[in-house]
Amino acid sequence: MIKAVNLQKDFGSLRVLKGITTEIKQGEAVCIIGPSGSGKSTFLRCLNLLEQPTAGQIFIEGVEVTNHKLIDVNQVRVEVGMVFQRFNLFPHMTALQNITLAPMKVRGLSLEEAEERAYQLLDKVGLRDKADEYPDNLSGGQQQRIAIARALAMRPKAMLFDEPTSALDPEMIKEVLDVMKDLVNEGMTTVVVTHEMGFAREAADRVLFIDDGLIIEEGAPDQVFSHPQSDRTKSFLSKIL
Amino acid sequence: MDYTWSWDVVFSSLPVLAQGAWMTIRLTCIAVGLGILIGTFLGMGRVSSVKIIFALSSSYVHFIRGTPLLVQLFFIYYALPIVLGRHVPPFAAAIVAMSLNSAAYVAEIVRAGIQSIDRGQMEAARSLGMTYQQAMLYIIIPQTFKRIVPPLGNEFIAMLKDSSLVSTIALEELVRKGQIIYGRTYKSFEVWTAVALFFLLMTLPITALVNYTERRMKAGD
Repeated sequence: MIKAVNLQKDFGSLRVLKGITTEIKQGEAVCIIGPSGSGKSTFLRCLNLLEQPTAGQIFIEGVEVTNHKLIDVNQVRVEVGMVFQRFNLFPHMTALQNITLAPMKVRGLSLEEAEERAYQLLDKVGLRDKADEYPDNLSGGQQQRIAIARALAMRPKAMLFDEPTSALDPEMIKEVLDVMKDLVNEGMTTVVVTHEMGFAREAADRVLFIDDGLIIEEGAPDQVFSHPQSDRTKSFLSKIL
Repeated sequence: MDYTWSWDVVFSSLPVLAQGAWMTIRLTCIAVGLGILIGTFLGMGRVSSVKIIFALSSSYVHFIRGTPLLVQLFFIYYALPIVLGRHVPPFAAAIVAMSLNSAAYVAEIVRAGIQSIDRGQMEAARSLGMTYQQAMLYIIIPQTFKRIVPPLGNEFIAMLKDSSLVSTIALEELVRKGQIIYGRTYKSFEVWTAVALFFLLMTLPITALVNYTERRMKAGD
Protein backbone atom coordinates (compact mmCIF):
# COMPACT_ATOMS: atom_id res chain seq x y z
CA MET A 1 0.00 0.00 0.00
CA ILE A 2 2.91 2.33 0.79
CA LYS A 3 6.09 1.68 -1.14
CA ALA A 4 9.40 3.49 -0.78
CA VAL A 5 12.02 2.99 -3.46
CA ASN A 6 15.61 4.02 -2.88
CA LEU A 7 14.52 6.95 -0.72
CA GLN A 8 17.18 9.55 -0.01
CA LYS A 9 17.04 12.72 2.03
CA ASP A 10 19.74 15.35 2.52
CA PHE A 11 19.70 18.16 5.04
CA GLY A 12 22.27 20.51 3.56
CA SER A 13 25.38 18.43 3.14
CA LEU A 14 24.22 15.79 5.61
CA ARG A 15 22.72 12.67 4.04
CA VAL A 16 20.17 11.41 6.53
CA LEU A 17 18.51 8.75 4.38
CA LYS A 18 20.85 6.84 2.12
CA GLY A 19 18.49 4.77 0.04
CA ILE A 20 15.59 3.09 1.80
CA THR A 21 13.45 0.58 -0.04
CA THR A 22 10.54 -1.17 1.60
CA GLU A 23 6.86 -1.86 1.16
CA ILE A 24 4.13 -1.64 3.75
CA LYS A 25 1.17 -3.82 2.91
CA GLN A 26 -2.49 -3.13 3.46
CA GLY A 27 -3.34 -3.79 7.11
CA GLU A 28 0.26 -4.33 8.12
CA ALA A 29 1.69 -2.93 11.34
CA VAL A 30 5.33 -1.98 11.00
CA CYS A 31 7.54 -0.76 13.83
CA ILE A 32 10.70 1.15 13.05
CA ILE A 33 13.45 1.01 15.63
CA GLY A 34 16.96 2.36 15.67
CA PRO A 35 19.30 4.77 17.46
CA SER A 36 18.65 8.52 17.69
CA GLY A 37 19.70 10.32 14.55
CA SER A 38 19.49 7.16 12.48
CA GLY A 39 16.94 8.72 10.11
CA LYS A 40 13.90 6.74 11.24
CA SER A 41 11.74 9.82 11.96
CA THR A 42 12.87 11.46 8.74
CA PHE A 43 11.83 8.33 6.84
CA LEU A 44 8.40 8.44 8.47
CA ARG A 45 8.01 12.15 7.73
CA CYS A 46 8.88 11.52 4.10
CA LEU A 47 5.99 9.08 3.83
CA ASN A 48 3.40 11.85 4.13
CA LEU A 49 5.69 14.40 2.48
CA LEU A 50 6.25 16.55 5.57
CA GLU A 51 9.83 16.21 4.33
CA GLN A 52 10.52 16.28 0.61
CA PRO A 53 12.74 13.35 -0.33
CA THR A 54 15.91 14.42 -2.13
CA ALA A 55 15.79 11.37 -4.37
CA GLY A 56 13.84 8.17 -4.73
CA GLN A 57 10.14 7.50 -4.99
CA ILE A 58 7.16 6.91 -2.77
CA PHE A 59 4.07 5.13 -4.04
CA ILE A 60 0.78 5.15 -2.18
CA GLU A 61 -1.67 2.61 -3.57
CA GLY A 62 0.38 2.47 -6.73
CA VAL A 63 0.40 6.23 -7.33
CA GLU A 64 3.76 7.93 -7.26
CA VAL A 65 3.30 10.77 -4.76
CA THR A 66 6.82 12.12 -5.15
CA ASN A 67 5.92 13.26 -8.65
CA HIS A 68 4.42 16.69 -8.07
CA LYS A 69 3.29 17.10 -11.63
CA LEU A 70 0.83 14.29 -11.02
CA ILE A 71 -0.21 14.75 -7.44
CA ASP A 72 -1.54 17.30 -4.98
CA VAL A 73 0.48 17.03 -1.77
CA ASN A 74 -2.54 17.86 0.37
CA GLN A 75 -4.44 14.93 -1.13
CA VAL A 76 -1.64 12.61 -0.04
CA ARG A 77 -1.64 13.91 3.51
CA VAL A 78 -5.39 13.46 3.77
CA GLU A 79 -4.96 9.74 3.16
CA VAL A 80 -2.08 9.26 5.60
CA GLY A 81 -2.69 10.31 9.21
CA MET A 82 0.18 11.42 11.40
CA VAL A 83 0.67 11.45 15.17
CA PHE A 84 3.58 13.43 16.59
CA GLN A 85 5.87 12.96 19.55
CA ARG A 86 4.77 16.28 21.05
CA PHE A 87 1.06 15.82 20.20
CA ASN A 88 0.83 19.24 18.47
CA LEU A 89 -2.79 19.76 19.42
CA PHE A 90 -4.13 23.21 18.57
CA PRO A 91 -4.05 24.99 21.95
CA HIS A 92 -6.68 27.58 21.06
CA MET A 93 -9.32 24.95 20.35
CA THR A 94 -11.16 22.43 22.50
CA ALA A 95 -10.52 18.72 22.07
CA LEU A 96 -13.69 18.48 20.01
CA GLN A 97 -12.74 21.42 17.78
CA ASN A 98 -9.29 19.92 17.27
CA ILE A 99 -10.97 16.83 15.86
CA THR A 100 -13.69 18.51 13.78
CA LEU A 101 -11.67 21.29 12.11
CA ALA A 102 -9.92 19.37 9.33
CA PRO A 103 -12.90 17.13 8.40
CA MET A 104 -14.97 20.30 7.95
CA LYS A 105 -12.38 22.42 6.16
CA VAL A 106 -10.67 19.72 4.10
CA ARG A 107 -13.28 16.98 3.67
CA GLY A 108 -16.21 19.40 3.56
CA LEU A 109 -18.25 17.74 6.30
CA SER A 110 -21.01 19.71 7.99
CA LEU A 111 -20.61 20.61 11.67
CA GLU A 112 -23.14 17.93 12.66
CA GLU A 113 -21.42 15.21 10.65
CA ALA A 114 -18.00 16.22 11.93
CA GLU A 115 -19.13 16.30 15.54
CA GLU A 116 -20.90 12.95 15.27
CA ARG A 117 -17.71 11.43 13.89
CA ALA A 118 -15.65 13.20 16.58
CA TYR A 119 -17.79 11.84 19.42
CA GLN A 120 -17.47 8.32 18.03
CA LEU A 121 -13.70 8.73 18.02
CA LEU A 122 -13.70 10.27 21.50
CA ASP A 123 -15.54 7.15 22.67
CA LYS A 124 -12.97 5.02 20.93
CA VAL A 125 -10.09 6.72 22.77
CA GLY A 126 -12.12 6.89 25.98
CA LEU A 127 -12.28 10.67 26.27
CA ARG A 128 -15.86 11.67 25.48
CA ASP A 129 -16.06 13.55 28.79
CA LYS A 130 -13.07 15.72 27.76
CA ALA A 131 -14.65 16.97 24.52
CA ASP A 132 -14.90 20.58 25.70
CA GLU A 133 -11.55 20.75 27.48
CA TYR A 134 -8.64 22.73 26.07
CA PRO A 135 -5.39 20.80 25.51
CA ASP A 136 -3.63 22.62 28.36
CA ASN A 137 -6.09 21.05 30.80
CA LEU A 138 -5.39 17.51 29.59
CA SER A 139 -2.58 15.16 30.61
CA GLY A 140 0.02 14.15 28.06
CA GLY A 141 -1.59 10.77 27.57
CA GLN A 142 -5.00 12.33 27.06
CA GLN A 143 -3.58 14.86 24.60
CA GLN A 144 -1.97 12.11 22.57
CA ARG A 145 -5.22 10.13 22.47
CA ILE A 146 -7.01 13.26 21.23
CA ALA A 147 -4.27 13.68 18.62
CA ILE A 148 -4.90 10.10 17.45
CA ALA A 149 -8.64 10.80 17.25
CA ARG A 150 -7.90 13.99 15.31
CA ALA A 151 -5.88 12.07 12.72
CA LEU A 152 -8.48 9.28 12.50
CA ALA A 153 -11.27 11.80 11.89
CA MET A 154 -9.91 12.25 8.37
CA ARG A 155 -10.54 8.50 7.78
CA PRO A 156 -6.96 7.96 6.59
CA LYS A 157 -5.94 4.77 4.82
CA ALA A 158 -2.79 4.52 6.93
CA MET A 159 -1.51 5.97 10.19
CA LEU A 160 2.03 7.13 10.96
CA PHE A 161 3.22 7.47 14.54
CA ASP A 162 6.42 9.40 15.24
CA GLU A 163 7.62 8.28 18.69
CA PRO A 164 4.11 8.74 20.08
CA THR A 165 5.01 7.85 23.67
CA SER A 166 8.48 9.43 23.98
CA ALA A 167 7.21 12.65 25.53
CA LEU A 168 4.90 10.91 27.99
CA ASP A 169 5.28 10.20 31.69
CA PRO A 170 5.69 6.44 32.19
CA GLU A 171 2.26 5.92 33.74
CA MET A 172 0.58 7.37 30.63
CA ILE A 173 2.33 5.28 28.03
CA LYS A 174 0.02 2.29 28.35
CA GLU A 175 -3.21 4.19 27.64
CA VAL A 176 -1.76 5.46 24.35
CA LEU A 177 -0.29 2.10 23.35
CA ASP A 178 -3.64 0.43 24.09
CA VAL A 179 -5.40 2.77 21.64
CA MET A 180 -2.73 1.99 19.05
CA LYS A 181 -3.08 -1.75 19.59
CA ASP A 182 -6.82 -1.47 19.04
CA LEU A 183 -6.15 0.27 15.74
CA VAL A 184 -3.71 -2.42 14.66
CA ASN A 185 -6.20 -5.13 15.62
CA GLU A 186 -8.86 -3.43 13.51
CA GLY A 187 -6.55 -3.79 10.55
CA MET A 188 -5.36 -0.20 10.18
CA THR A 189 -2.17 0.04 8.17
CA THR A 190 0.24 1.44 10.74
CA VAL A 191 3.85 2.59 10.77
CA VAL A 192 5.30 3.39 14.19
CA VAL A 193 8.70 4.85 15.02
CA THR A 194 9.13 3.77 18.60
CA HIS A 195 11.43 2.96 21.48
CA GLU A 196 8.72 0.75 23.03
CA MET A 197 10.16 -2.66 22.28
CA GLY A 198 7.34 -4.37 24.20
CA PHE A 199 4.82 -2.78 21.86
CA ALA A 200 6.87 -3.64 18.79
CA ARG A 201 7.15 -7.25 19.89
CA GLU A 202 3.47 -7.55 20.69
CA ALA A 203 1.70 -5.52 18.01
CA ALA A 204 4.00 -5.36 15.00
CA ASP A 205 3.82 -7.68 12.02
CA ARG A 206 7.26 -6.54 11.00
CA VAL A 207 10.14 -4.65 12.56
CA LEU A 208 12.58 -2.46 10.62
CA PHE A 209 15.90 -1.66 12.21
CA ILE A 210 17.28 1.56 10.69
CA ASP A 211 20.78 2.81 11.37
CA ASP A 212 22.78 5.51 9.64
CA GLY A 213 20.09 6.10 7.01
CA LEU A 214 19.71 2.49 5.89
CA ILE A 215 17.52 -0.47 6.76
CA ILE A 216 20.00 -2.78 8.42
CA GLU A 217 17.61 -5.55 9.25
CA GLU A 218 13.93 -6.37 8.95
CA GLY A 219 11.65 -9.21 9.80
CA ALA A 220 9.05 -10.52 12.21
CA PRO A 221 9.50 -9.09 15.72
CA ASP A 222 10.46 -12.45 17.14
CA GLN A 223 13.15 -12.91 14.56
CA VAL A 224 14.62 -9.42 14.89
CA PHE A 225 14.52 -9.30 18.68
CA SER A 226 15.47 -12.90 19.46
CA HIS A 227 17.71 -13.81 16.52
CA PRO A 228 19.20 -10.63 15.12
CA GLN A 229 21.52 -11.28 12.21
CA SER A 230 23.48 -8.05 11.99
CA ASP A 231 26.09 -6.99 14.53
CA ARG A 232 24.69 -3.46 14.56
CA THR A 233 21.22 -4.77 15.45
CA LYS A 234 22.71 -6.94 18.19
CA SER A 235 24.68 -4.04 19.60
CA PHE A 236 21.62 -1.71 19.53
CA LEU A 237 19.35 -4.27 21.15
CA SER A 238 21.89 -5.08 23.83
CA LYS A 239 21.91 -1.42 24.84
CA ILE A 240 18.15 -1.03 25.17
CA LEU A 241 16.74 -4.41 26.21
CA MET B 1 15.42 85.66 35.78
CA ASP B 2 12.47 87.83 35.16
CA TYR B 3 9.61 85.41 34.57
CA THR B 4 6.07 85.84 35.78
CA TRP B 5 4.49 82.49 36.57
CA SER B 6 1.00 82.22 35.28
CA TRP B 7 -0.67 78.84 35.62
CA ASP B 8 -3.97 80.52 34.82
CA VAL B 9 -2.90 80.34 31.20
CA VAL B 10 -2.96 76.56 31.42
CA PHE B 11 -6.35 76.37 33.05
CA SER B 12 -7.97 78.71 30.56
CA SER B 13 -6.38 76.71 27.73
CA LEU B 14 -7.57 73.31 28.92
CA PRO B 15 -10.41 73.05 26.36
CA VAL B 16 -8.01 73.88 23.53
CA LEU B 17 -5.44 71.36 24.76
CA ALA B 18 -8.19 68.75 25.13
CA GLN B 19 -9.17 69.39 21.49
CA GLY B 20 -5.57 68.82 20.50
CA ALA B 21 -5.38 65.62 22.57
CA TRP B 22 -8.55 64.38 20.89
CA MET B 23 -6.98 64.96 17.48
CA THR B 24 -3.85 63.12 18.64
CA ILE B 25 -5.94 60.13 19.75
CA ARG B 26 -7.96 60.09 16.53
CA LEU B 27 -4.87 60.24 14.35
CA THR B 28 -3.17 57.47 16.33
CA CYS B 29 -6.19 55.18 16.40
CA ILE B 30 -6.84 55.45 12.68
CA ALA B 31 -3.15 55.15 11.79
CA VAL B 32 -2.44 52.15 14.02
CA GLY B 33 -5.71 50.53 12.95
CA LEU B 34 -4.76 50.80 9.29
CA GLY B 35 -1.21 49.87 10.26
CA ILE B 36 -2.42 46.61 11.81
CA LEU B 37 -4.49 45.81 8.74
CA ILE B 38 -1.65 46.41 6.27
CA GLY B 39 1.03 45.17 8.66
CA THR B 40 -0.65 41.77 9.14
CA PHE B 41 -0.40 41.06 5.41
CA LEU B 42 3.15 42.45 5.28
CA GLY B 43 4.09 40.28 8.25
CA MET B 44 2.76 37.19 6.50
CA GLY B 45 4.77 38.26 3.46
CA ARG B 46 7.88 38.37 5.65
CA VAL B 47 7.54 34.64 6.40
CA SER B 48 6.45 33.67 2.89
CA SER B 49 8.46 31.11 0.99
CA VAL B 50 7.43 32.81 -2.25
CA LYS B 51 10.58 34.79 -3.01
CA ILE B 52 8.97 37.80 -4.70
CA ILE B 53 6.45 38.31 -1.87
CA PHE B 54 9.22 37.99 0.70
CA ALA B 55 11.46 40.42 -1.17
CA LEU B 56 8.75 43.04 -1.68
CA SER B 57 7.51 42.99 1.92
CA SER B 58 11.06 42.96 3.28
CA SER B 59 12.09 45.92 1.12
CA TYR B 60 9.09 47.88 2.30
CA VAL B 61 9.82 47.19 5.96
CA HIS B 62 13.51 48.09 5.61
CA PHE B 63 12.74 51.25 3.65
CA ILE B 64 10.20 52.56 6.15
CA ARG B 65 12.16 51.60 9.25
CA GLY B 66 15.34 53.03 7.78
CA THR B 67 13.96 56.53 7.22
CA PRO B 68 12.52 59.02 9.75
CA LEU B 69 8.78 59.42 10.04
CA LEU B 70 9.30 63.18 9.70
CA VAL B 71 10.89 62.71 6.30
CA GLN B 72 8.10 60.35 5.21
CA LEU B 73 5.57 62.94 6.34
CA PHE B 74 7.32 65.77 4.43
CA PHE B 75 7.59 63.54 1.40
CA ILE B 76 3.86 62.89 1.32
CA TYR B 77 2.83 66.44 2.24
CA TYR B 78 5.36 68.48 0.24
CA ALA B 79 6.90 66.21 -2.40
CA LEU B 80 4.01 64.02 -3.49
CA PRO B 81 1.76 66.94 -4.58
CA ILE B 82 4.37 67.78 -7.22
CA VAL B 83 3.82 64.38 -8.83
CA LEU B 84 0.09 64.27 -8.14
CA GLY B 85 -0.45 67.83 -9.35
CA ARG B 86 -2.73 68.57 -6.40
CA HIS B 87 -2.51 69.59 -2.78
CA VAL B 88 -2.71 66.85 -0.14
CA PRO B 89 -4.78 67.96 2.89
CA PRO B 90 -2.76 67.81 6.15
CA PHE B 91 -5.07 65.31 7.82
CA ALA B 92 -4.88 62.88 4.89
CA ALA B 93 -1.11 63.32 4.65
CA ALA B 94 -0.76 62.62 8.36
CA ILE B 95 -2.93 59.49 8.21
CA VAL B 96 -1.15 58.12 5.16
CA ALA B 97 2.35 58.78 6.54
CA MET B 98 1.56 57.44 10.00
CA SER B 99 -0.27 54.31 8.89
CA LEU B 100 2.33 53.40 6.25
CA ASN B 101 4.97 53.88 8.93
CA SER B 102 3.03 51.91 11.53
CA ALA B 103 2.44 49.06 9.06
CA ALA B 104 6.18 48.39 8.83
CA TYR B 105 6.55 48.11 12.59
CA VAL B 106 3.39 46.02 12.91
CA ALA B 107 4.73 43.75 10.15
CA GLU B 108 7.79 42.95 12.24
CA ILE B 109 5.61 42.32 15.30
CA VAL B 110 3.39 39.97 13.27
CA ARG B 111 6.43 38.23 11.75
CA ALA B 112 7.94 37.62 15.19
CA GLY B 113 4.54 36.43 16.42
CA ILE B 114 4.15 33.92 13.59
CA GLN B 115 7.70 32.67 14.05
CA SER B 116 7.15 32.23 17.79
CA ILE B 117 4.44 29.63 17.12
CA ASP B 118 5.81 26.11 17.44
CA ARG B 119 6.70 24.54 14.07
CA GLY B 120 4.68 21.50 15.09
CA GLN B 121 1.47 23.50 14.75
CA MET B 122 1.99 24.07 11.04
CA GLU B 123 3.10 20.46 10.59
CA ALA B 124 0.05 19.10 12.40
CA ALA B 125 -2.26 21.27 10.30
CA ARG B 126 -0.55 20.29 7.04
CA SER B 127 -0.51 16.60 8.02
CA LEU B 128 -4.31 16.80 8.26
CA GLY B 129 -4.41 17.90 4.63
CA MET B 130 -4.93 21.62 5.21
CA THR B 131 -3.39 24.00 2.71
CA TYR B 132 -0.77 26.53 3.84
CA GLN B 133 -3.45 29.24 3.69
CA GLN B 134 -5.90 27.22 5.77
CA ALA B 135 -3.22 26.43 8.34
CA MET B 136 -2.33 30.13 8.56
CA LEU B 137 -5.95 31.22 8.84
CA TYR B 138 -7.26 28.67 11.34
CA ILE B 139 -4.17 27.65 13.30
CA ILE B 140 -1.24 30.07 13.17
CA ILE B 141 -2.80 33.56 12.98
CA PRO B 142 -5.34 33.02 15.81
CA GLN B 143 -2.53 31.93 18.11
CA THR B 144 -0.39 34.84 16.96
CA PHE B 145 -3.02 37.46 17.83
CA LYS B 146 -2.86 36.64 21.52
CA ARG B 147 0.90 36.92 21.62
CA ILE B 148 1.21 40.21 19.78
CA VAL B 149 -1.22 42.21 21.91
CA PRO B 150 1.52 43.58 24.24
CA PRO B 151 3.95 44.64 21.46
CA LEU B 152 1.03 46.17 19.55
CA GLY B 153 0.19 48.17 22.67
CA ASN B 154 3.75 49.44 22.74
CA GLU B 155 3.52 50.34 19.06
CA PHE B 156 0.36 52.30 19.81
CA ILE B 157 2.14 54.27 22.55
CA ALA B 158 5.13 54.94 20.32
CA MET B 159 2.86 56.15 17.51
CA LEU B 160 0.86 58.31 19.89
CA LYS B 161 4.04 60.17 20.84
CA ASP B 162 5.40 60.27 17.29
CA SER B 163 2.14 61.79 16.08
CA SER B 164 3.48 65.06 17.53
CA LEU B 165 5.56 65.28 14.34
CA VAL B 166 2.47 66.17 12.32
CA SER B 167 2.44 69.53 14.14
CA THR B 168 5.03 70.48 11.51
CA ILE B 169 2.40 70.35 8.76
CA ALA B 170 0.05 72.59 10.76
CA LEU B 171 -2.28 69.84 11.87
CA GLU B 172 -3.72 70.95 15.19
CA GLU B 173 -2.96 68.04 17.44
CA LEU B 174 -1.71 68.39 21.00
CA VAL B 175 1.78 69.78 20.34
CA ARG B 176 0.52 72.22 17.71
CA LYS B 177 -2.10 73.48 20.16
CA GLY B 178 0.71 73.94 22.69
CA GLN B 179 2.67 75.99 20.16
CA ILE B 180 -0.38 78.14 19.45
CA ILE B 181 -1.01 78.82 23.15
CA TYR B 182 2.66 79.54 23.69
CA GLY B 183 2.69 81.96 20.79
CA ARG B 184 -0.16 83.85 22.39
CA THR B 185 1.09 83.82 26.00
CA TYR B 186 4.85 83.12 25.98
CA LYS B 187 4.36 80.96 29.06
CA SER B 188 6.63 78.16 27.87
CA PHE B 189 7.12 76.37 31.20
CA GLU B 190 3.43 76.18 31.98
CA VAL B 191 2.35 75.27 28.47
CA TRP B 192 4.86 72.50 27.86
CA THR B 193 4.30 71.07 31.34
CA ALA B 194 0.60 70.87 30.55
CA VAL B 195 1.24 69.29 27.14
CA ALA B 196 3.55 66.70 28.70
CA LEU B 197 0.93 65.89 31.34
CA PHE B 198 -1.69 65.44 28.63
CA PHE B 199 0.56 62.92 26.88
CA LEU B 200 1.17 61.06 30.14
CA LEU B 201 -2.56 61.01 30.79
CA MET B 202 -2.99 59.16 27.48
CA THR B 203 0.04 56.84 27.60
CA LEU B 204 -0.07 55.72 31.24
CA PRO B 205 -3.47 53.98 31.06
CA ILE B 206 -2.41 52.19 27.87
CA THR B 207 0.86 51.11 29.47
CA ALA B 208 -1.10 49.78 32.44
CA LEU B 209 -3.45 47.92 30.09
CA VAL B 210 -0.52 46.39 28.19
CA ASN B 211 1.12 45.26 31.43
CA TYR B 212 -2.16 43.82 32.64
CA THR B 213 -2.78 41.75 29.49
CA GLU B 214 0.85 40.63 29.52
CA ARG B 215 0.49 39.34 33.08
CA ARG B 216 -2.79 37.64 32.29
CA MET B 217 -1.33 35.93 29.25
CA LYS B 218 1.65 34.67 31.20
CA ALA B 219 -0.80 33.13 33.66
CA GLY B 220 -2.80 31.67 30.76
CA ASP B 221 0.12 30.22 28.84
